[in-house]
Amino acid sequence: MDLYEYQARDLFESHGVPVLPGLVATTPEEARAAAEKLGAGVDGKVVVVKAQVKVGGRGKAGGVKVAKSPDEAEARAKDILGMDIKGHTVHKVMIAAGADIATEYYVSLLLDRAERRYLAMASVEGGMEIEQLAVERPEALARVAVDPITGIDAAKADEIVKTAGFGEDVAAQVADVLVKLGTVYRKADATLVEVNPLVLTGDGRVVALDGKVSLDDNASFRHPDTAALAEEEAAAGDPLEAKARASHLNYVKLDGEVGIIGNGAGLVMSTLDVVAQAGEEFGGVKPANFLDIGGGASAQVMANGLDVILGDPQVKSVFVNVFGGITACDEVANGIVQALEILGDEATKPLVVRLDGNNVVEGRRILAEAAHPLVTVVDTMDGAARKAAELAAA
Amino acid sequence: MAIFLTSESKVIVQGMTGSEGRKHTQRMLTSGTTVVGGVNPKKAGETVEFTGADGAPVQVPVFGSVAEAVKETGADVTVIFVPAAGTKSAAIEAIDAEVPLVVVITEGVPVKDTAEFFAHAQAKGTSRVIGPNCPGLITPGASNAGIIPADITPAGRIGLVSKSGTLTYQMMYELADFGFSTCVGIGGDPIIGTTHIDALAAFQADPDTDAIVMIGEIGGDAEERAAAFIKEHVTKPVIGYVAGFTAPEGKTMGHAGAIVSGSSGTAQAKKEALEAAGVKVGRTPSETAALAREVMKSLA
Repeated sequence: MDLYEYQARDLFESHGVPVLPGLVATTPEEARAAAEKLGAGVDGKVVVVKAQVKVGGRGKAGGVKVAKSPDEAEARAKDILGMDIKGHTVHKVMIAAGADIATEYYVSLLLDRAERRYLAMASVEGGMEIEQLAVERPEALARVAVDPITGIDAAKADEIVKTAGFGEDVAAQVADVLVKLGTVYRKADATLVEVNPLVLTGDGRVVALDGKVSLDDNASFRHPDTAALAEEEAAAGDPLEAKARASHLNYVKLDGEVGIIGNGAGLVMSTLDVVAQAGEEFGGVKPANFLDIGGGASAQVMANGLDVILGDPQVKSVFVNVFGGITACDEVANGIVQALEILGDEATKPLVVRLDGNNVVEGRRILAEAAHPLVTVVDTMDGAARKAAELAAA
Repeated sequence: MAIFLTSESKVIVQGMTGSEGRKHTQRMLTSGTTVVGGVNPKKAGETVEFTGADGAPVQVPVFGSVAEAVKETGADVTVIFVPAAGTKSAAIEAIDAEVPLVVVITEGVPVKDTAEFFAHAQAKGTSRVIGPNCPGLITPGASNAGIIPADITPAGRIGLVSKSGTLTYQMMYELADFGFSTCVGIGGDPIIGTTHIDALAAFQADPDTDAIVMIGEIGGDAEERAAAFIKEHVTKPVIGYVAGFTAPEGKTMGHAGAIVSGSSGTAQAKKEALEAAGVKVGRTPSETAALAREVMKSLA
């Protein structure tokens, strides 16, 4: 899960990373109150109203504005709240104290999948998109390997500072920030902690001005607070995804017509691909979703899965693709028959079922005997994908 | 011969007394695997009764620690079924006991924990880790360490390495007429102990493997790295399959590591890299199996 900027700011602050004051607001009135608290307009102080969205490029989209007074902060918040930035609606803004920026830097710590350790990156040329810097001036971006067991200790922080070429005036402060970001990374179970920009202020302080943090969903059992946040967000997101989540189903909504149910992440991904290929023949029919019902595939799980998929108005046909590995196909077949009984009249769309593997003959016999009018059994995955695409296009 | 796992392998199970551990220990025994013990400090000294491959009852002893199990039985493989919260300490215990092969089945392990126990294994240099979040590995007819169904395919001369469990089973099923030397499920997490490259290198060196089927999926650049390795070091024919062409950017597709980030980690890029290295890549699992079949026929 990615954190919003204000959540990253709060997380940084709680671990002693220097940040500027910032308050989150969901209405223009709250934005005004926050600006007042931060002293906007007093002695020429300004605040920045920043859209809180989990996507880059908000500045260019008009989602970041300076305000010289609480009135202005309220007006700017009114403009920004509800704005659409690359498909993300702005529901919150952060009112941040204005900064007197002398220099901008970049630092991050992330998972290095290929080397199976962590990677620290730092540059004294901050302020630009880091992907752009990495391509255009790779020599300006220091990359330092970090051992997962020792993390960023004082020696490692010094190495990163030296490799990136930070000046002596800021070296100690930047090293201190790096050590603390290392602590954030480990304590919060992050997979990415990025500060862009890290700034040197006119009065010589190094401060994290904007942060991006991604947390590991697998570690949510260690972080009940962030787990609750994730639940809240999922509930506010796509209603079908929220419904699937409530039934503990692994579901991703896509933009297509063939509903997909399968067992095992790899097989389901493969099923989507095969359906998309088959769909080319039928006017570009596409898969409607990813749904992995996992190893068990009991009748109730199958019913829950079908219920979610049939709730998608775009779905025209459903493809159930199960390979009986540990699960036996007769159990899966019984699951499908019972699921259709549980759903009754709710089940209205044609189902193409492909079963293979453990006890397949018995599984196919059960489906043949049930002879449900909506169910078509096809022996091969490719053939079944074709049939499902054809039914969706009909 | 096969790779990593042979009929000589002596297997212990960490988490044998839990429901998953018990179920799969029985399956491993049924398929002829030599399971010599389980580990659970709270049940040390007890035995658990299973049914052996011949149908007769087998008493499998429970040890208080991996080190003790290794000392008493000479075990050289451990299969870990303990829940995610305890996986790191279970893996570290196995690595400290210098078990040569540590197979981590558990799904949902925090990546920080995996990074730490893998770094520990590398520093110690005495254990190969497979997984986490994997189905384990099987050398058909010889030994089975994990949850791969043993009755899908007999022994043969194709090597299989895959990030995905069910696609592994699917491929074993499609090519059961040729059979497999060893099938390795390396797992779908962002950090895994054994990579495609490790398995490719082992299959290349294995006299009992004639051709290799490699299954990848979106996320990271493991397949691209494997392609570069194949170009340099693999002379046996490799047939590939990549899942996830239709996956949208930024969404995790079931496996924690299966995510397209920006323009990196796409199935298209992986397929192109593999093809550039001379790998025949199928568009569907069945087409991939057909390609493998052609290769095996041409070698016969």
